[in-house]
Amino acid sequence: MSNPTAYADYTTGEPLADTKAPEGPVEDRWDTRRFTAKLVNPANRRRHTVIVVGTGLAGGSAGATLAEQGYHVVQFCYQDSPRRAHSIAAQGGINAAKNYRNDGDSIHRLFYDTVKGGDFRSRESNVHRLAQISVEIIDQCVAQGVPFAREYGGLLDTRSFGGVQVSRTFYARGQTGQQLLLGAYQALSRQIAAGNVEMHARTEMLDLIVVDGRARGIVARDLVSGEITTHFADAVVLASGGYGNVFYLSTNAMNSNATAIWRAHRRGAHFANPCFTQIHPTCIPRTGDHQSKLTLMSESLRNDGRIWVPRAAGDTRPAAEIPEDERDYYLERIYPSFGNLVPRDIASRAAKNVCDEGRGVGPGGQGVYLDFADAIARLGRKAVEERYGNLFEMYERITAENPYEVPMRIYPAVHYTMGGLWVDYDLQTTIPGLFAIGEANFSDHGANRLGASALMQGLADGYFVLPATVNDYLARNPGHDTPGPEHPAVAAAVAETRERLHRLVGVDGDRSADSFHREIGELMWEYCGMSRNAEGLRKALDRIPQIREEFWRRIKVPGTEGEFNQSLERANRIVDYLELAELMCLDALHRAESCGGHFREESQTPDGEAARRDEEFGYAAAWEFTGTGRAPVLHREDLVFAYVHPTQRSYA
Amino acid sequence: MKLTLRIWRQHDPDAPGGMAAYDVEGISPDMSFLEMLDTLNERLTVEGQDPVAFDHDCREGICGACSLVINGEAHGPERTTSCQLHMRSFRDGDTIDVEPWRAAAFPVVRDLVVDRGAFDRIIQSGGYVSVPTGAAPEAHATPVPKAAADSAFEHAECIGCGACVAACPNGSAMLFTSAKVNHLGALPQGAPERETRVLDMVAQMDAEGFGGCTLTGECATACPKGIPLTSITAMNREWLRASRKVPRG
Ligand SMILES: Cc1cc2nc3c(=O)[nH]c(=O)nc-3n(C[C@H](O)[C@H](O)[C@H](O)COP(=O)(O)OP(=O)(O)OC[C@H]3O[C@@H](n4cnc5c(N)ncnc54)[C@H](O)[C@@H]3O)c2cc1C
Ligand code: SF4
Ligand code: FES
Repeated sequence: MSNPTAYADYTTGEPLADTKAPEGPVEDRWDTRRFTAKLVNPANRRRHTVIVVGTGLAGGSAGATLAEQGYHVVQFCYQDSPRRAHSIAAQGGINAAKNYRNDGDSIHRLFYDTVKGGDFRSRESNVHRLAQISVEIIDQCVAQGVPFAREYGGLLDTRSFGGVQVSRTFYARGQTGQQLLLGAYQALSRQIAAGNVEMHARTEMLDLIVVDGRARGIVARDLVSGEITTHFADAVVLASGGYGNVFYLSTNAMNSNATAIWRAHRRGAHFANPCFTQIHPTCIPRTGDHQSKLTLMSESLRNDGRIWVPRAAGDTRPAAEIPEDERDYYLERIYPSFGNLVPRDIASRAAKNVCDEGRGVGPGGQGVYLDFADAIARLGRKAVEERYGNLFEMYERITAENPYEVPMRIYPAVHYTMGGLWVDYDLQTTIPGLFAIGEANFSDHGANRLGASALMQGLADGYFVLPATVNDYLARNPGHDTPGPEHPAVAAAVAETRERLHRLVGVDGDRSADSFHREIGELMWEYCGMSRNAEGLRKALDRIPQIREEFWRRIKVPGTEGEFNQSLERANRIVDYLELAELMCLDALHRAESCGGHFREESQTPDGEAARRDEEFGYAAAWEFTGTGRAPVLHREDLVFAYVHPTQRSYA
Repeated sequence: MKLTLRIWRQHDPDAPGGMAAYDVEGISPDMSFLEMLDTLNERLTVEGQDPVAFDHDCREGICGACSLVINGEAHGPERTTSCQLHMRSFRDGDTIDVEPWRAAAFPVVRDLVVDRGAFDRIIQSGGYVSVPTGAAPEAHATPVPKAAADSAFEHAECIGCGACVAACPNGSAMLFTSAKVNHLGALPQGAPERETRVLDMVAQMDAEGFGGCTLTGECATACPKGIPLTSITAMNREWLRASRKVPRG
């Protein structure tokens, strides 16, 4: 098998540049780009096919919009219906710089907050465009019938979210993602009915087809019949979501996976900043080894709940018996001006620190209290119920504890991945004709994503950015012949897929896919989780190839490839996690600075905060694949900050 | 906890199905129902038997994928989704029956997995507002009274799980269809297509082979999102109103 030290000996290749963002003032760049983009004659659009993999906010909105423009769209999701994509689970809200509250918000402020929140590791052009488009998203969604929260005067309500000082988050109770996704799903349904979108549900993309250097199709598996199919197009769009499930336990849906982007990476798409993962501070702690996923409790709870642990390590008294002066409201103590509302990465790390000191609460000491007693005393139970009733109910259902009476217990969990396929300003990857949108790309959040910004990005990409830039690509690359199944590149991709599945079924070992998933997940959480150091990362890099080797010796997949087989689906996703995990650790090892969600213990300020090293690491790291277990090549994209000047984040 | 499970096993739509019994041990009351099934599947896998197929994804009660009939009740004894049902709702030593949704319009795919494509086709027949991207007016151009917005939201909460159909003795999809009709009907944005929407969606529902509604109310009792039975009566009124206005042959 591969040699782990060789993997870490990456080489550095040519720097990478975003050649698509126009020069000029940042606020004019999107207009300029749209103007310079070539258009496809409406009469010719029907002859172009675009594949869209995914039906979440990004894919759903992109598929519907491309079809409305007249393209023939062929779309995929692994669920039984496009309506069930993981975006459905988003709770808190979506940001937009509407400034309806007249509280000083503006496009520039949203741009500024997002660049700063991302700890100066995102691209200014992209983020500014995102802030500009945010206002159009709200208009579009309202017109679709998305039932956002409203005030008595009939106007839209907003709230402040995730450590910003303006109220720019639009929401639909605790189900914003559901309502936005149903809006996109309904728009998509209208296009399916019109015959403009050919929808393949319960179909999983297993490889990308690249012909003459261009993305021309995908290899997929019909999850019901097991049949391997090929689909061809003039452009391929990946909207397959994030890869947080590499950690096994996360807030992602159970079947969210990295296969689409990882297979594209293997075919030549560079993977950027894979180590940038977001750990969300307020999730329900795990209860035992049976735990299959973690449930997020909306960040909005931190507006009124107070976070604390006992002052003394090993204090096992019930919360109610711990007197006030023996409690440590540690966020309020360490960060007096932001208190319980510090950004996610800071809140998460602080929770880990107090638990590491032995002051954690609940089973295994892996939890901290989120206490509403003061809020209930101050506002009354009814007001608290109005604000958080559904969340309290969900908490009680899962834990059998009543948060009106005993404090909630929370602990950080993997939630979102800022890294993803490298894309330029047009959202095109390093493979011409292959685009990546939504959580699947790396573009807008740098090293840390602000709350309520993923929904904004997914819809900005899908409704507005991608349809414009795909247009340009198709106008410049017209009239390719469709490659047939006999084309060597197609035949090779199909053969490799079949061989992989056949091999998985053929091992006939003694360990389930889940057991391997747990093992790799625990390793990643330990060494590439909330805080990282060179020694631990090297350990993980040694261990991963061993797990991979064991996997191919001991995996047990009952049944065959040619039938409905959920064990095979899982095992095949783990093949990709076992490679992606290695790249994440290498990326984390090479980035010997702390920034955003990436905390390197070796790089901290005297008071234990993340210390960025802009001179050495002010770039996005885009990795090129060279073979399983073989050292990848690093391409740096230097980040230039002309508008928001890098400062050390301070929330004290 | 120790339990006996009796689970519907069916290899494919055309194969005969039947109940098979399995004992499971070491079940924690903190486990969700699906985590309990995970432990069974882990054992079956290692023993080289086919694990039980079931649909699930979010495990948070929002995606609508999970779909189990537990002891004869859609989503089991509590008013929630199968994934949010916890083992503390059962007692040590219980025998639990687990079956798929049963309805003519939801054919079994394998074991506990059914095909709910009919729901997608009902939405495709009219469950949307026709507003292409870019064509939207400023969001505040049309204020929406809070009561209308709240009512729209309450109907929009439907997760498309199909428990209403599974619970209905007639296998009717009226609750699901009415939830979307009333969501969009409550809003000014949905008004222009109000008549065609209800007529087309009801026609599609009938074409899919769902049963007729006799207002037994089992659907609303099973619905994990609390879509009320009045949603159906409201849709009936909408349909009558529309069919007078838009006569169809
Ligand atoms: C619990 C939770 C709460 C959140 N709350 C918020 C919030 O309040 N605000 C906010 O802004 N963000 C929030 N987020 C983040 C946000 O929800 C996601 O980042 C976003 O929805 C991702 O959308 P997407 O369209 O990129 O991908 P997804 O919604 O993940 O969709 C992925 C799609 O790709 C398909 N797919 C994947 N792989 C394949 C394959 N190989 N073949 C075929 N199809 C495939 C899937 O079927 C699915 O349709 C939250 C996330 C979580 C987990
Ligand atoms: S109406 Fe209720 S039971 Fe029926 S599909 Fe919707 S959420 Fe499920
Ligand atoms: S698995 Fe999503 S609702 Fe149950």
